[in-house]
Amino acid sequence: MLIRILPELGHFALILALAMAVLQAIVPLWGAATRRPLWMAFAQPMAWGQFLFLVLAYLSLTASFALDDFSVAYVANNSNSLLPWYYKLSAVWGSHEGSVLLWVLILSGWSFAVSLFSQRLPRDMLARVLGVMGWISSGFLLFILLTSNPFERLLPNVPTDGADLNPLLQDFGLIVHPPMLYMGYVGFSVVFAFAMAALLGGRLDAAWTRWARPWTNVAWAFLTVGIALGSWWAYYELGWGGWWFWDPVENASLLPWLAGTALIHSLAVTEKRGTFKNWTVLLAIFTFSLSLLGTFLVRSGVLTSVHAFANDPSRGTFILALLGVTVGLSLAIFALRAPRVQSLAGFGWLSRDSLLLINNILLVVMTVTVLLGTIYPLLLDALGLGKISVGPPYFNALFVPLTALLCLFMGLGPLARWKRMPGRELARRLGGAAIVAVVVAAVLPLLYGGSFSLGVTLGLLLALWLALSLARDIFDKARRGRFDKTRRGRPDRSRRGRLGGLKKLTLAYWGMVVGHLGLAVTIVGVAMVSHYNVERNVRLAPGQSVEVGGYQFAMTDFRERRGPNYTADTATIEVTRPGRASFTMQPEKRFYVASGMPMTDVALRPGLFSDLYVALGERLDNGDWSLRIQLKPFVRWLWLGALMMAAGGILAVIDRRYRRMPRRSAALRTHESIPPGTGAREGIS
Amino acid sequence: MRRRLLLLIPLLLFAVLVVFLYRGLAKDPAARDSALLAREFPAFNLATLDDPDRTLDRSLLEGQVTLVNVWGEWCPTCKQEMPQLLALAERGVRLVGVDYKDTRENGLQFLDEFGNPFEVSLFDPDGTLGFDLGVYGAPESFLVDAEGVIRYHHTGYITPQDVEDVILPEVKKWQP
Repeated sequence: MLIRILPELGHFALILALAMAVLQAIVPLWGAATRRPLWMAFAQPMAWGQFLFLVLAYLSLTASFALDDFSVAYVANNSNSLLPWYYKLSAVWGSHEGSVLLWVLILSGWSFAVSLFSQRLPRDMLARVLGVMGWISSGFLLFILLTSNPFERLLPNVPTDGADLNPLLQDFGLIVHPPMLYMGYVGFSVVFAFAMAALLGGRLDAAWTRWARPWTNVAWAFLTVGIALGSWWAYYELGWGGWWFWDPVENASLLPWLAGTALIHSLAVTEKRGTFKNWTVLLAIFTFSLSLLGTFLVRSGVLTSVHAFANDPSRGTFILALLGVTVGLSLAIFALRAPRVQSLAGFGWLSRDSLLLINNILLVVMTVTVLLGTIYPLLLDALGLGKISVGPPYFNALFVPLTALLCLFMGLGPLARWKRMPGRELARRLGGAAIVAVVVAAVLPLLYGGSFSLGVTLGLLLALWLALSLARDIFDKARRGRFDKTRRGRPDRSRRGRLGGLKKLTLAYWGMVVGHLGLAVTIVGVAMVSHYNVERNVRLAPGQSVEVGGYQFAMTDFRERRGPNYTADTATIEVTRPGRASFTMQPEKRFYVASGMPMTDVALRPGLFSDLYVALGERLDNGDWSLRIQLKPFVRWLWLGALMMAAGGILAVIDRRYRRMPRRSAALRTHESIPPGTGAREGIS
Repeated sequence: MRRRLLLLIPLLLFAVLVVFLYRGLAKDPAARDSALLAREFPAFNLATLDDPDRTLDRSLLEGQVTLVNVWGEWCPTCKQEMPQLLALAERGVRLVGVDYKDTRENGLQFLDEFGNPFEVSLFDPDGTLGFDLGVYGAPESFLVDAEGVIRYHHTGYITPQDVEDVILPEVKKWQP
């Protein structure tokens, strides 16, 4: 009996969660405004209750998928009795309704985590933070219940079987990509809530940034992994071998990432130096707003994209209203409550402060560039100036030089001191790195590809510059540690003593190093795969072979195969290379029975330095098959670098500093100053 | 006070953005720009569905505005689209079908069952024409003008509302 009414139970759970979200939104904020502890104390139990009921709702939808309950419209549209069980579970977020449910579940999960880990926050701060998150949650729960209810039934004519999950989404990438991405998107709501709480409470000192930093880093790390997974998924699943298409939906995830990257850095400045205060609040608002904008762009159907969800104008209007109210209100509060006083702490034109300012300006310019490129077709259309689409040429032309500039300053940043940095000293410490980077970047492409390529040289130059300047910094810090000991009269001659300074380096510092190196690795990947990519479209019949990039591809077999919910034409291709063991690859052309969709299943041979990529095309008139064979050098580095960036963000959070933090008073922290040149404590993250 | 006004700038910029996004919503969300818009219909040489010995090429599309509809027996949405296509044919729109990745037998049976709005249907079992057209799935429709140039691309099925609001106006627009 209970099983038969599971969808209804899920629906009720959603309604209860909404009721709690509304209470969480109103009562604690009111309590904080009128200083009533009891009202403020409402925030936590409501956050927990909301999370509990959302978990129940989510589980009941999952159960409907697992039990093949095709009377639920969402299940009937996105599942099939033949679908393997793991895809049934991930199909829950395979389409619009379920993915919004996942969005809200994750949002309330973040609220829950904040209420668990922020017990030592001042009570009014916690009440305000959870109150703001309650507002966001209420908005999205209303959105689900009014326009996108995943529990809607198809009664009385229950379909005998489901329409199946979109074959593109029947893949490991789909299982992990959306949850990661949403963790990132939604995670930025925490820093947004902190910023709003600081504005509402009128306490716009450095304290809120210190509390918000770990949350921001974690959200940013999730988003980084999410974007990388999306790119990886597109690479092997869409069958074109591209890894970034400047598709509106990809851009929608890149926008909050760029703003979030700027935010991570400006939070550091505000925390350490008490400057950039208004700017940091504004960035926090922007970052989350861009997450919401991304949600709007993907789900309203205003832009066309490979990801487009089923369109329904009422949904678009609702999300736009949600976006308008959230961002409009927060920007209005910002305009009213942001402090008028300029922060007094100044800094020289060359200093860590100024370099981070440049970092922020560049990242914001990059964000605006991508934003404009993404919505430009929309603007033109709205102004009646015709329909156009903005493609990779625009983005590449602007994004590449901006990234180059960013990297240039990024090499300087970690070595510069707060307040003022003598240019001569910086030049002395980095001159060697610059020369080595230029020479190696000019020579390496000649050795690897046999010809000079400006793009590869530029990419290598930037990556080497980043890596070498970091190496120099670590080297200097390690040595400085040794001198410290000597001065104290304990000359340490052991080998370990030479690295004495290393021990003093904090995890936050290592987080910065790993994160920055990650970008260097990604840049190498981008440069190499963009310029040394080999692509050949060939036709082959069983028994024939073709040579591409030094590899011999021979089609040895061709057969039809039956999968759980598809039939497939499978080619077996033996790949040989002089002096190496041969191996086989099996590209497929699948036909999904329930949805009637054909799909290309790419055969991949991954390698750290090169991927082989074979996609089966169409059967040609004479029975031959067209094949697309590609060699993708260094393509793995793209995602490896992204993983390193994420790891860097997480490393910085693990730093002791954040666990020690709550015991010290906010006032003390605000006036804490760090003497320049103390090495390890300078780590900006 | 001046500074306070400066702080309003982000809000104002955002308000402008919202206006544009709202205007964007009002536009037809289903219209996906095909990469092929304003380009010549790709060349083809295909047999017709009912007669394997009769082959047709691009000249078929010259002389009058034609709606080319890509369909298949395997495509459930195509069945739902049939009434709209029949209505279009009744109102004088010339329709040409492309039976996409289908068998001859199934295709003919489909037309028997659901009606035949097409002047002629091309038989495209390997999806070669579909490939050249960049078809993502079925149904998709292409409006081709009298010179054989693609003028409008409709992804997904044509709703009764689309017939009045989109297809007929587009046909009228490109009528020589």
